[in-house]
Amino acid sequence: MSEDKGKSQYTDELKNLSIQGIWKNNPAIVQLLGLCPLLAVTGSVVNGLGLGLATTLVLLGSNITVSLVRNFVPNEIRIPIFVMVIAAFVTVIELIMHAYTFELYQALGIFIPLIVTNCAIIGRAEAYASKNPVQFAAFDGLMMGLGFTIVLVVLGAMRELLGFGTLFDGMELLLGEWAANMTLVIYDTQANFLLAILPPGAFLGMGLLIAAKNLIDGAIAKRKAQSEQKVVQRARVTGTDL
Amino acid sequence: MSKLKVASSPHHHNQRDTGQVMRLVAYACIPGIMLQTWYFGVGVLIQIALCMLTAIVTEALIVELRKKNTERVIKDSSAALAGLLLGICLPPLAPWWIAVIGSFFAIAIVKQAYGGLGFNMFNPAMAAYVMLLISFPVQMTSWLPPISLAELNFSILDAIYTVFTGFTIDGYSIEQLRVGADGVSMATPLDHVKTSLVEGYTVQEALQTPIMSGAWGLGWAQIAIAYLVGGIALIKLNVINWHIPGSMILAAMLTALILHLADSSQYASPAFHFLNGSLVIGAFFIATDPVSAATTNKGRLIFGASIGVWIIIIRTWGSYPDAVAFAVILMNMAVPLIDYYTRPRTYGHKLKTSAINNSEDD
Repeated sequence: MSEDKGKSQYTDELKNLSIQGIWKNNPAIVQLLGLCPLLAVTGSVVNGLGLGLATTLVLLGSNITVSLVRNFVPNEIRIPIFVMVIAAFVTVIELIMHAYTFELYQALGIFIPLIVTNCAIIGRAEAYASKNPVQFAAFDGLMMGLGFTIVLVVLGAMRELLGFGTLFDGMELLLGEWAANMTLVIYDTQANFLLAILPPGAFLGMGLLIAAKNLIDGAIAKRKAQSEQKVVQRARVTGTDL
Repeated sequence: MSKLKVASSPHHHNQRDTGQVMRLVAYACIPGIMLQTWYFGVGVLIQIALCMLTAIVTEALIVELRKKNTERVIKDSSAALAGLLLGICLPPLAPWWIAVIGSFFAIAIVKQAYGGLGFNMFNPAMAAYVMLLISFPVQMTSWLPPISLAELNFSILDAIYTVFTGFTIDGYSIEQLRVGADGVSMATPLDHVKTSLVEGYTVQEALQTPIMSGAWGLGWAQIAIAYLVGGIALIKLNVINWHIPGSMILAAMLTALILHLADSSQYASPAFHFLNGSLVIGAFFIATDPVSAATTNKGRLIFGASIGVWIIIIRTWGSYPDAVAFAVILMNMAVPLIDYYTRPRTYGHKLKTSAINNSEDD
């Protein structure tokens, strides 16, 4: 019995973490953390996906490590320790990318080492991983990273589509040669819509994404309120019947 | 506008609604537009029509989406005016999608995303112009030479064909149309002087070109004066105040004069700056937008003067030939600050004279 209860609590926590990471508490469009890489490298889908995956891996690694050492770290110096843990993982990821996806490594440039300063990562280490057991911390890192990656890819897709008229251009940089013909040409243009590719396009796209999320949230809240109202009405009807 | 003016009896006020004001501004553009069409061909009218149409359709669409009173919003003509002003600024034979993207951006993003008329921070036409200029530099700087200097003449049908397909009926491209009688591609006077300066010529040498006669750029100066006439009419009709255009032109002229006196071979004369580019239309028709400009008279003076100074600075040291749009956008951002520091005292309140008063005022 108690084992069952423990199990359902376990799955509830995982479910909650997924919803928080991908939607309700999305690091990019709700917490607005890590805006610097988010705005700077989302010129195309492949850049967004590459940086998103790198960030996710760092998040996963740092959350696991921070959670493992959480009982040994003195409270006073926890931040430097978290930063060193994160920096170590970023170095690992950077070297891996340098070795296996060199062109993407060059395209992302300074923004790979800058993952260290991404507030979303230290934010998760401080707010969640340092207080929770390792399995939850790992899952939290994965879901937060996923939420961040989704936003990077969607924003990258919007900007690539508007700016160049293509989607998935250059995927071979990340996935290897077989992805070379993944490029979708949606429309052919001689005049690139430079605004979408330049930083202002990232801000505008970001604003529109947040607006879209708020719109969906509003619609959900409205539907919820309506269905609740119905329940109340039914209760009143039976009340008058009596 | 000047609805809060203190007037002596009899208290007869000429109350205009927003639509009337907007339409008056549009009518005042007509002499300038007519001259612009005379010098640069019917493309000017095509661009204006495209922009106005897109602006009105976009406005109606978004207002409908926002579940507001569409008829009332369209009737205030503000979208039409924004389209008109953007259309005036576009090169006459720019491709049709320039006008469409620009007007859509002006209305959907710059105006309606902020809450519609009265809430937009930036001047819609100018923000859209800047967006277009940054996004499509080639198309946005393809100005034609004045018709009298052009090697190739084109008919109305040619203009329509070029806007929609990029080529005239006979297959000439816009680049070929830009060639002047001497076989050299024609730029606007501001562009020409800027390029010549970069190439090491002096201003005086740069002005020795068929598109200029003295400080008068052929066509451009006449158009500027036509807009000046329209603008003065607007002031006379009490549609706009003199503060913004007056201080803007004065500040621009002063800045240009100082630079010109310092080194006349590197910096063009005030007259050149006044007669070329969009200084005049910017001063009377664009910077005076009641929504995005400062609201007090003192604030308007600061707002206008700063735009004037910025125009000359950006024209001189910036990388684009003209600067009205950039200057207006820059100062739009400063408007909340200007308004904060130029708040007029309300009736009955005194100047802050002592610490006690201070605390009372707050």
